[in-house]
Amino acid sequence: MSVEFKPNIICFACNWCSYTGADMAGTSRMKYPATIRIIRVPCSGRVNPTFVMKAYQKGADGVLIAGCHPGDCHYNSGNYFAKRRFLLATRFMTFLGIDEKRLRMEWISAAEGVKFARVMREFSETISKLGPNLRAREEA
Amino acid sequence: MKKIGVFVCWCGLNISSTVDVEKASEELKNYPGVFYADDYKYLCSDPGQELIKKTIVDNKLEGIVVAACSPNMHESTFRAAAEAAGLNPYRVEITNIREQASWVHSNKEDATAKAIQLIKSTVEKVKKSEDLFPQQIPLTKKVLVIGGGISGMTVALEVAEAGYPVILVEKEPQIGGNMAKLSETFPTLDCASCILTPKTAEVGRHSNITLMTNSEVIESTGYFGNFTVKVKRKPTFVDWKKCIGCMLCQEKCPKKTNSDFEHGMGKRKAISVAFPQAIPYRPIISEKECIYFKTGKCKICVKVCPVDCIEFEQEEKIIEENIGAIVVASGYDLLPKEELGEYGQGKYADVIDGMQFERIASASGPTEGVIKRPSDGKIPKSIVFIQCAGSRDNQKGRPYCSKICCMYTAKHAMLYKHQVHDGEATIFYMDIRAGGKGYEEFVQRAIEDDHVLYLRGRVARVYEEDGRLVVLGVDTLSGEQVRIEADLVVLATAVIPSIGAKALGQTLKVGTDTYGFFNEAHPKLKPVESMTKGVFLAGCAQAPRDIPETVSQATGAAAKVITMFSKNHLVSDPQVAKVNEKICVGCLLCKPICPYKAIEPEIVEVRVGCRAEKRQVATINKGLCQGCGACSVACRSGAMNLSGFSNEQILEELKSLCL
Repeated sequence: MSVEFKPNIICFACNWCSYTGADMAGTSRMKYPATIRIIRVPCSGRVNPTFVMKAYQKGADGVLIAGCHPGDCHYNSGNYFAKRRFLLATRFMTFLGIDEKRLRMEWISAAEGVKFARVMREFSETISKLGPNLRAREEA
Repeated sequence: MKKIGVFVCWCGLNISSTVDVEKASEELKNYPGVFYADDYKYLCSDPGQELIKKTIVDNKLEGIVVAACSPNMHESTFRAAAEAAGLNPYRVEITNIREQASWVHSNKEDATAKAIQLIKSTVEKVKKSEDLFPQQIPLTKKVLVIGGGISGMTVALEVAEAGYPVILVEKEPQIGGNMAKLSETFPTLDCASCILTPKTAEVGRHSNITLMTNSEVIESTGYFGNFTVKVKRKPTFVDWKKCIGCMLCQEKCPKKTNSDFEHGMGKRKAISVAFPQAIPYRPIISEKECIYFKTGKCKICVKVCPVDCIEFEQEEKIIEENIGAIVVASGYDLLPKEELGEYGQGKYADVIDGMQFERIASASGPTEGVIKRPSDGKIPKSIVFIQCAGSRDNQKGRPYCSKICCMYTAKHAMLYKHQVHDGEATIFYMDIRAGGKGYEEFVQRAIEDDHVLYLRGRVARVYEEDGRLVVLGVDTLSGEQVRIEADLVVLATAVIPSIGAKALGQTLKVGTDTYGFFNEAHPKLKPVESMTKGVFLAGCAQAPRDIPETVSQATGAAAKVITMFSKNHLVSDPQVAKVNEKICVGCLLCKPICPYKAIEPEIVEVRVGCRAEKRQVATINKGLCQGCGACSVACRSGAMNLSGFSNEQILEELKSLCL
């Protein structure tokens, strides 16, 4: 009787590298699961850890933060801030009892359509295996 | 509730084959806040844009969502269309249902469901949109160029030719920089002065260029288009306006001392001009060496000067200038020899660096172009050149390649062989990097025609034995130890940022890298812009490079300045950070995070109950802010936000996507 679990994954993609990488995946017609929804941000450094927590609270099963490779940030240092905040967020998640595998950070450049699609497939599979995120979900 | 219009694009079959666009627009019609929803074959076409414009006007829409291709493609198209219809362009958002739905998914049902959810989340974002207006920033059409070497002069001449005033500041008493010290240039072996002096002369006489030599920039405030800088003009002790450049003073001055321009290879007088073609051709008294400054007696220069222009009482002057753009062309220096103990530099007179070799090979140098060794003036029968002295060396903290040494060492060896036909020239190298037009051929010429011996390997030590220099190294190709007796050793020392570059960077608020070279705004796409808007980079200030590359980059920087000056106002992107002063606590945690130094404290007056109170808050310089949003995350009180990607917008989008 089990219904197939379709995860709900939020991906924050920086405008200059990863969002363009996603465009590249699209233009090259690479396939990845329809479980991923992208939110465009100017820089991965714009991603507030509270956004991540809010996502879990509102029912997201996984969150992915994608930014420019180290040294390539359009704003020079935003991705480094993002990385630190990501580490902070994972610690906070462990504290709350959310599996830290539900948050992933990746450097995806504008040329890496292949990588974008691969990461999306991998992450979607990871989350599918973990099952729905019930821990932090807001009570209806 | 705002009146929002939704337009779903078919993009021919590109979207409609995998996303049921009709279903999407039908479903959106019933979504809260959506007043109008429709689908159309090609929204980016002229009729498509007309439809959008007409719908906005007819329905008095307050925001629109265009579900089509990537915003990187047509965001500006649709925003311009909306603006033409009287809607603020920042109330237009794009949902990317092509690159992110139709092209990457094959199941039509899934793709349609995802597309609809994406559109709904964008509707939520538009509900929180605000009117944003680009700011017009006034502009002073005058550029400050720092550094009078080949890069700074190129920038100055290009901008001056375009008709804009230029202030060229040089810390030395004359312009020309390092290039003026070179003998010949690779790979053509044409004489450096011959190609440089026409440029220096032109800079000297150009009506749009104000030359400030013997000067340094000590302060810079303001932002792009509107900087105020302070330039310190050091005293020359000679009234250059009166001086006619007869140089009698130099001739008669009794005090000789080592010349900086000759890098210790030659002498100069206490009152002197660095070299015969110097621009401006005016002498300067060195306070440290002048007999009068030391003892209060002498004044021979005063006696011989026919125009009475010696001014011992001259003091430094601070000049303030308003300018619109700054070009940093501060150039390079060579690694101080103290750091190269293993090669005996500083200990043995006959171990010299590349620039010193340039001086003894230069026709206008202290030896008049005859290559003589410094210790006894003899013509060396054997010279060993050591490449990568300090460069590509992690232990010296300089893992980078200095880029020019392979070429100039080949040139040095060639110049030597052309003079001393039976002399032996040996070059120790790690790799030959001769990437440039005619460069590889040049190195091959040195090897094949001039019989320069290239040994691949490192030198362990240079020491003296029975009055001769001994170079001990290893030939890594044969694996054998090599011992060469040499009359002269020339080190291709690492190129380092010019002394004082770091301090200059701090003055101008421009970042430098680990080694002190100025950081470009983007390593590929913005190589001549710095992270600080309105400050551009040229030449070796940014990284080691040769003359052709320097000139290209300098011309690029000049083009950037000219483009900036071609407008009467500067327009700033309104999608920048903003502070809610009511809740800002003035902690300024945001300040160190900003890569553009756009955040400064400000004292504001706020009403607390019935009385006014003065309080510190953060304020954004909209001219400097580039809209990355890093500060908004660092803000503890939530006072910092980013227009166009506000916390509210992202959270609404997020909530909608999580459902």
